[in-house]
Amino acid sequence: MSREQKAVERARKAFLTGRSKSLEYRITQLKNLLRFVRERQNEIAEGLKKDLRRSEFGTPLYETLGLESEINLAVRKLKDWAAPRPVSKSMMTISDQVYIQPEPLGVVLVIGAWNYPWAVTIGPLIGAIAAGNAAVIKPSEVSSHTSKVMEDLLPLYLDKELYPVVTGGVTETQELLKQRFDHIFYTGNGTVAKIIMEAAAKHLTPSTLELGGKSPCYIDNNCDLAVACRRIAWGKYSNCGQTCIAPDYILCDPSIQDRVIEEIKKNIKEFYTEDPKKCLDYGRIINERHFKRLMALMEGSSVAVGGENDESECYIAPTVLRDVKPDAKVMQEEIFGPLLPVLTVSGADEAIKFINQREKPLALYIFSSDNKLIKRMIAETSSGGVLANDCLMHFSESSLPFGGVGNSGMGRYHGKYGFDHLSHLRGCLIKQLKMEGVNKMRYPPHTADKLGWARFFILKHVDFGSVGRMALLALLAVFVAVILQRNYTD
Amino acid sequence: MSREQLAVQQARKAFLTGGSKPLEYRIKQLKNLNRFITERATDITNALRKDLYKSENATQMFEIIGLEGEINLAVSNLTEWAAPRPVNKTLLTISDEVFIQPEPLGVVLIIGAWNYPIAVTLQPLVGAIAAGNAAVVKPSEVSSHTAKVMELLSLYLDPEMYQVVTGGVPETQELLKQRFDHIFYTGNSTVGKLVMEAAARHLTPVTLELGGKSPCYIDKNCDIRIACRRITWGKYINCGQTCIAPDYILCESSIQDKVINEIQKCIQEFYTKDPKTFADYGRIINQRHFKRIMALLEGSTVVIGGDSDESECYIAPTVLRDVASGSKVMQEEIFGPILPIITVNGLNEAIQFINEREKPLALYVFSSSSKVIKRMISETSSGALLANDCLVHFTISDLPFGGVGNSGTGRYHGKYSFDQLSHLRSCLIKKLNMEGVNQMRYPPHTTEKLRWARVFLLKQVNLARWRQIAQVAMLAALAAFVMKRFLR
Repeated sequence: MSREQKAVERARKAFLTGRSKSLEYRITQLKNLLRFVRERQNEIAEGLKKDLRRSEFGTPLYETLGLESEINLAVRKLKDWAAPRPVSKSMMTISDQVYIQPEPLGVVLVIGAWNYPWAVTIGPLIGAIAAGNAAVIKPSEVSSHTSKVMEDLLPLYLDKELYPVVTGGVTETQELLKQRFDHIFYTGNGTVAKIIMEAAAKHLTPSTLELGGKSPCYIDNNCDLAVACRRIAWGKYSNCGQTCIAPDYILCDPSIQDRVIEEIKKNIKEFYTEDPKKCLDYGRIINERHFKRLMALMEGSSVAVGGENDESECYIAPTVLRDVKPDAKVMQEEIFGPLLPVLTVSGADEAIKFINQREKPLALYIFSSDNKLIKRMIAETSSGGVLANDCLMHFSESSLPFGGVGNSGMGRYHGKYGFDHLSHLRGCLIKQLKMEGVNKMRYPPHTADKLGWARFFILKHVDFGSVGRMALLALLAVFVAVILQRNYTD
Repeated sequence: MSREQLAVQQARKAFLTGGSKPLEYRIKQLKNLNRFITERATDITNALRKDLYKSENATQMFEIIGLEGEINLAVSNLTEWAAPRPVNKTLLTISDEVFIQPEPLGVVLIIGAWNYPIAVTLQPLVGAIAAGNAAVVKPSEVSSHTAKVMELLSLYLDPEMYQVVTGGVPETQELLKQRFDHIFYTGNSTVGKLVMEAAARHLTPVTLELGGKSPCYIDKNCDIRIACRRITWGKYINCGQTCIAPDYILCESSIQDKVINEIQKCIQEFYTKDPKTFADYGRIINQRHFKRIMALLEGSTVVIGGDSDESECYIAPTVLRDVASGSKVMQEEIFGPILPIITVNGLNEAIQFINEREKPLALYVFSSSSKVIKRMISETSSGALLANDCLVHFTISDLPFGGVGNSGTGRYHGKYSFDQLSHLRSCLIKKLNMEGVNQMRYPPHTTEKLRWARVFLLKQVNLARWRQIAQVAMLAALAAFVMKRFLR
């Protein structure tokens, strides 16, 4: 039996003991996860430094603070989330118990990515644990140092059998994908995602695919360009552009292109100094393969800012390309690097058309002071999420579901959505063995008369919620009437 | 270009015009769908009679009423369902607009089944239309007469936006090569896997409404007479060809005889002494399934029924007793009028038996003991659970209907249909002011900036709760004022 098979079998066996069912158990594991994140900041930071040249501050800011927040939320809310959810009653169910019971699915496979290895590997794990599942964690081998930290240290904090860490590359992942899971949660690219969904199909396993795409960033003439470009520069060059929701390219009117480039240049200098290569807060490309890929993307486009690079360090300077053509190399795939193409369009109409000619992105960014324009863009395009007048921030909103649509993915997580998505929300209807008379209308022999009654019961919709509200209002009205009457007869 | 390719292209072209976006349009189409089922009632009834020997009243009861209910619900609630859904705010978003905007996905493929062809093909269509999608509807070729009637949909619905494509396996395979934005399939798990595999090539999400062996546990402690009445009804409707029919019974040997007796009484009451001549008792869909079901009887003891007539695809309402777990009838979903009874030594063994098998679409438990019911719920899993009755959870539009594991993925009915076939897009609209707050996130990163970031990201202020407290305080103040002034 392969190592992967063994890990999955043990996880399933551990799940079947039922120990992850109790909320106390799940909360303990979540709190252990929190302890891990806090106690092992150094090891985590070390791993990230070696993998992505992440600065010391980058670790909490971009990876662990978000996790802490999600864990705290899950611990605080777990009782609410896991409780039976009552459902509106109808005339037919007035004396029944009708509710939705959240339940664990079983064994979840979490396949992480390398760009924010902690956020996108542990983030889904939080939902899996909270929902009462076992989980097999497969960190990305590309962020190899982080993967080692996960492999070595997580088992010291979490239940080893319920939440095994399985490291490895393509071969090991393929072996894992042969096993049967109850849900597969994958973060990465569309090519691999298709392979995963195909493997999942053999076992009828549902999947959540957090993918990517080219997230457009439209800058309207009517907006505070200084602030807009500041936020865009931050969103783009964090982690060297290796962010699934980084603004991939800019669309703007040619009349503001120069100003946009100026402002971005200013902010690059302010954030990363005159020599980003020396700045501790500026990262590196993950590996040579991606470095070469990115350098090749610049071919044929005009560099307006940056362009410097150093292969030995996988360093590419924060770069802006101007007057980029739609068929340029840099527009043919998700950039996932510190190259920011600016394409000119003559207004929102053309921008919308441009966006709609392409695959649905994971994020759409709109910078404008005109709320009408923002609403228009939302209404006439589609994307995983929309963020107006900032970048990336919707990721940390746990009350907003995070996920893609079309080529950018399927499913969602964060906050309660992570819990719900990795649960089975089971419909429960508990009737009683009396009032059998009411059922006469459904039994054969079927007559027109019985049918009449069935129509009445099934089609007549009495909203008990509003009836209750009206009753309360009526009571209030009576109360007020009584008081007024007393006052006027004094 | 194949006929299927053309249909999908036309649907996508129609969708891209934006015609299905306005709610008025969707409501109009839904009302037209309603007209279709009322104006074509005779055609539909005749078709179902030919396909499944369904009586006119049974068609109304088990296909039409539910569909009408779903259409009415969608029409009355569409404005609410399609509206932006506000979301809890935090300190970081206190001055922003934060909401979820439901949007159409695009072109939805609906592959129907043959057992309740109108219900399981058109109910998903209600959701697709309501959510603003275009749809390609592929009715099951097995219920061929009903498939023909569904072609009439083009006289009622926008024929470009909602295409009906009939055909068998090759046509379905050709459809599955095309790109859709969602595939909604009702049927069996073998084909379900093929559908998901095809969908994977385009990264298309799927809803698979499958089946399985839905267990039915009868506790000693319950009104066996009423229980058996409801089970009999649930089992033999449509000749057992119901995805949520109670597949087999689990009960203690001490009550087996009583159970058999009661079921026999009910069969007689519902279907007379000669179900074959009775208009309200159906037929098996075709010879292939007839043979399949008859073969399942092998090796088991028939205690009620068992008679059959291949020329009519007739199988009498049948009960098997003392069935062994290894018998043929327990190896696959029966989907026919055969009801095996397996004896177990009580709840523990029943739970164990159920958990050794794939998660079913429905789980039935008959008991007067709320403890037994709650235990069954917490120690098993299934698409849904219904205690003390059969099938009726299907009609509760506030309950999500769908499977888990081998019984399926995704859910629908009521608002769930709308949500399942929509993209619920997260929207965060910030302003270009208050830039000072953002300082903490920009490089150069410092310890102090990080400290602020910690405060904003980790401090949980429950704004909803504060709003509630403020409201209660205002109400209390108002009440005090009123009382002071007027109740002297």
